[in-house]
Amino acid sequence: MTDLEQAADGSKQQGTAKGRFFMRFTRAQRYLHASLFTTFLGLAATGLPMRFSESTWARRIASGVGGFGAIIFFHKLCAVVLTLAFLIHVKDLFTRAFIHREKGIFWGSTSMVANWKDAKDLFGHLRWFLGLGPRPKFGRYAYWEKFDYWAVFWGMIVIGFSGYAMWFAPFFARFLPGWALNAVLVIHSEEGLLAILFIFSIHFVNTHLRPDSFPMDMVVFTGVESEEEFKHKRPQEYEKLAAQGKLEARLGEPPAVWLTNFSRVVGTIAILIGLLLLVLTLSAYLRE
Amino acid sequence: MKTASTMARAIFVSALLVVAAPQIAKAETDCLSCHADKSMQDASGHSLAVDGGKFGASIHGVLKCGDCHSTIKDYPHPDKIEPVKCAACHADQAEALAGSVHSDGKEHPCTSCHGDAHSIFPKADPRSAVYPLNVPRTCGACHGSDAMARKHGLPNVYPLYMDSIHGFALSEEGLLVAANCQSCHGSHTILSHKDKQSTTYKTNIPNTCGSCHAGITTDYENGVHGKAIAAGHLGAPVCSDCHTAHAIEQPTADAFRMQSTPICGNCHKDKFSTYRDTFHSQLSSLGGYVETARCWDCHGAHEILPASDPRSPVAPANLVKTCGRCHAGANASFVQYQPHANARNRKLNPALYFIRLFMNLLLAGTLTFFVIHTILWLIRSRYDQIKRRSAKGVKND
Repeated sequence: MTDLEQAADGSKQQGTAKGRFFMRFTRAQRYLHASLFTTFLGLAATGLPMRFSESTWARRIASGVGGFGAIIFFHKLCAVVLTLAFLIHVKDLFTRAFIHREKGIFWGSTSMVANWKDAKDLFGHLRWFLGLGPRPKFGRYAYWEKFDYWAVFWGMIVIGFSGYAMWFAPFFARFLPGWALNAVLVIHSEEGLLAILFIFSIHFVNTHLRPDSFPMDMVVFTGVESEEEFKHKRPQEYEKLAAQGKLEARLGEPPAVWLTNFSRVVGTIAILIGLLLLVLTLSAYLRE
Repeated sequence: MKTASTMARAIFVSALLVVAAPQIAKAETDCLSCHADKSMQDASGHSLAVDGGKFGASIHGVLKCGDCHSTIKDYPHPDKIEPVKCAACHADQAEALAGSVHSDGKEHPCTSCHGDAHSIFPKADPRSAVYPLNVPRTCGACHGSDAMARKHGLPNVYPLYMDSIHGFALSEEGLLVAANCQSCHGSHTILSHKDKQSTTYKTNIPNTCGSCHAGITTDYENGVHGKAIAAGHLGAPVCSDCHTAHAIEQPTADAFRMQSTPICGNCHKDKFSTYRDTFHSQLSSLGGYVETARCWDCHGAHEILPASDPRSPVAPANLVKTCGRCHAGANASFVQYQPHANARNRKLNPALYFIRLFMNLLLAGTLTFFVIHTILWLIRSRYDQIKRRSAKGVKND
């Protein structure tokens, strides 16, 4: 039984007036995303004023929360929470792959690791954009979703390491050369800027704001998506499950109204904060 | 010369006291029979009243009216009389005043500052207009108005001074030793700051401030700025370039620390620019965090020495100690950190330059690819969505 079937187990419903819903994310994965995006927003909201400390809005934000002391406190707090979430995720992967010997974590159609199909899908997708071929049949995780995942994974290591190197500079100086202390600020701020620009523009549009998902894809909040969405967005996985007769094992409960509404409010706020920060960042970046 | 004239004056006054004492009362009574009338005015509305009691208590109370108003011999006297010439007794002061910026005053040059001619007190007397605690108000009568400031191109310094640490010490604490206008500018001999003889001429300022701040001035003279000034490099800063002349703040106070780095940055533009790239600057720009390293936390404030001088806090041998004041546990490797590194300069900081270049290319490359990817995708999927909905007969929004 896979993790998604486990999550679906016990909440099986043969469909309602709204149609059938299928599990896409486990509860743990949704919590991971929630802690990721709340701390990321916190880190961006406190990191950007530091990066653009000369701009008026940065100083206004800083004085609004109580100056630099408060800014750096929230930044470190979010960083620690995010680090914990990251470590829990890595430990979870380790347990699933090596203790429970779960298949399909490092390779195969349900893995996050890129494979040959992703390369073919990327070119196929580009051809489809230009009307030169059919839309590729994506599996559980499409290439841009894998890119998002690995961008965050790599970003977390790079930004995290450089951040802790600044936080505990005298300690890191015991085994890093002096110029590395200069380098970590450049790396931290440029990689952080990339993450912010990427998440608040590319990820928002690709995942939430594009016509197929507009105004936002609720699946990462509710864990389930409708049969129609599943079939349209991830035809390869849908068809494979249908052919194996395993579709029913993935059935989930339709999302509760309160959960949908709550998610919509939280998601909208997150997206609006993100877009606001994006505008501020671009205005400060282009003026530099 | 001065002593001789003071002596002469003392003898003259004593002689008057002894010889003319009986006549004083008579003379004053004669004049006061008219001038005691408080409502007495001349044609232009100027009061001609004299308060005999007050005059008697003043430093000139021993004099007869005619000693100063020497052109009046008889009664009745003409309406128009000669202005009193204080120089008759106060020749030294008159001479000093004649060479000063106030020589062309249209008002009576003495009473403008010393107040009502019939109630002048010695400067140690709190009733005097030139008593130390009263000096700023006296000068401020002219130098506290915008109109005056505009007319002569002088800043309106009175409010700046009153809010400064000197003004606070004087007006709030009542400190007689607090610098008032006269402490720095002198009194009768005030010259423009452009005049080389002036106490406020650039190269004289360290001495002027040093008349109170002797220790700091010695430090300053040992530092690079003091040496540059002594060598005639007028571009180097003196006290007032960093502290201002009138709006002087307590330099250890938060308010001054928070807005202070641009002061050094005015001249050291390249160092200021690289400082602003660092975490130190980011901390200091955002407010509320006053501890962060600013220029003089590392370089010193008055006895600033180049890094090549072994006594300098930024000399290589002293860095562990200097950085360690904030960064507990700083070691030899830690202090290799460059507080003024320039990631845009390949020659000075090659490693940093290429790291920044790589990060920028990564940023630009990733975003360029995905922005194009996303725009194409948006167009195509909207087109596809409309097509699918039309096929199903759903209205498009």
